[in-house]
Amino acid sequence: MSLRGVACIAGAYEHPTRKAEDKSTAQLHAEVAIGALRDAGLTRADVDGYFCAGDAPGMGPLSMADYLGLNRLRHLDSTDIGGSSYLLHVAHAAEAIALGRCNIALITLAGRPRSEGVATGTTPRAGSPAQPDVQFEYPYGITVANLYALCAQRHMHEYGTTSEQLAWIKVAASHHAQHNEHAMLRKVVTVEEVVNSPLVADPLHRLDCCVISDGGGALVVTRPEIARSLARPVVTLRGAGEAVKHQMGGQLDLTYTGARFSGPRAFEEAGVTPADIQYASIYDSFTITVLLQLEDLGFCEKGQGGRFVADGNLISGVGRLPFNTDGGGLCNNHPANRGGMTKVIEAVRQLRGEAHPAVQVPNCALALAHGTGGTIGTRHGSATLILERE
Amino acid sequence: MSEARIPPSPTPDPSTRAFWEGARNGQLLIGRNTQTGRVHYPPRPVCPFDDEGTVELVPASGRATLYTFSITRAKTPYVVAYAELEEGPRVLTNIVDCDFAALRIGQALRLTFIETEGGQPLPVFTPA
Repeated sequence: MSLRGVACIAGAYEHPTRKAEDKSTAQLHAEVAIGALRDAGLTRADVDGYFCAGDAPGMGPLSMADYLGLNRLRHLDSTDIGGSSYLLHVAHAAEAIALGRCNIALITLAGRPRSEGVATGTTPRAGSPAQPDVQFEYPYGITVANLYALCAQRHMHEYGTTSEQLAWIKVAASHHAQHNEHAMLRKVVTVEEVVNSPLVADPLHRLDCCVISDGGGALVVTRPEIARSLARPVVTLRGAGEAVKHQMGGQLDLTYTGARFSGPRAFEEAGVTPADIQYASIYDSFTITVLLQLEDLGFCEKGQGGRFVADGNLISGVGRLPFNTDGGGLCNNHPANRGGMTKVIEAVRQLRGEAHPAVQVPNCALALAHGTGGTIGTRHGSATLILERE
Repeated sequence: MSEARIPPSPTPDPSTRAFWEGARNGQLLIGRNTQTGRVHYPPRPVCPFDDEGTVELVPASGRATLYTFSITRAKTPYVVAYAELEEGPRVLTNIVDCDFAALRIGQALRLTFIETEGGQPLPVFTPA
């Protein structure tokens, strides 16, 4: 059974806050839930499926279902693959809808790492001792930034990718963020500014990294006949893929990500090719994340990502593949250190024609959203969605 | 070369005590499937490749090459890396006792050990 056409995204909402010192994480979840339901023209009383991940406080969905007062739930899913969880949740919601397990699925994400003062990318953080990899990794001082840097260094070695090419990804994101009044970094930056910013973990510079922000977002997924009865433009799921990539007992290859597997699954289900995609939301925890995923999703040949992203090729109205037109995690927002939700939200805006006019892709009918969760230097989840405007 | 970082101690579990005991004896132990001969890292009691066979711990030669690395610009800079063992597995590690700026992917490495906060020796690599 295919997921093509079985479900639609009827509501999408991104919290405008980037620093929520006076709000709780649960409160942010509630605010984005109501925001997405209101966008769809629905209420909490309509929700019969709920999806959340590790950012939701409490055991799985239990505390949030209680806090939100969701009383009609008959389908629950708290699958956590880090920042890519919410793209996977859209696909899992479509599965549940197709099977008649729910009609109105709510997906929420929220967090406040900025207010909590977490140096997310550069602080070694001990996981649970029961996590089998921790004792073999934590003592070595792994951080999110240095694990992504390991991939960048290897890619540069094998393919000749340069820091200047990676910088073009930040430059493109900044060109989009200047139009987003909520974006944390609205200043347009140059390649020189990126490569001259301080090194965080060689070869990644400070401006190769995403922002740390508070906030959140939510989505409402429903069956097509319900979506068509609502006021908003209908955005339909056309294909989805998910995958996990890990160290493979030491046989790891850091030049590719799980997008190599989730991407083709989504394209096959959708019956389209990368050349058909008019807009792409690409997970951007770091510039290297974008480059690897673009290759793995098939937008260019493996090893050609540096050439592909250079010279503004990702800038809307300039290049061949407009990406992250909200400014992405690199400039706009990375709520709860998890960027997958905002990837879907901006793709929905593009397909509805509701992106900022300066970055809106004309007649955008087919978009891709892709997420990576965990770290590409060790183990990560990948989730790809292909969405279309009806 | 700057002052060296002192790593936090690992937290062994019942299935890895022998690995850390090996480190105290100057060995980097890797997992080997007794039936297929395939080796893996980090070692675990159940082979990640095959259902058949049991896993024995065998010492790596200590000869390796640098697969990739990153200088972490912390207050005390340090190098996180993957070293490719002569036996095949690529292992997450640190590169110590060297000029970080001179490191090159593909260069030869040899096994050494550094002491962690609690005294447990940690296998790391240094240029050969």
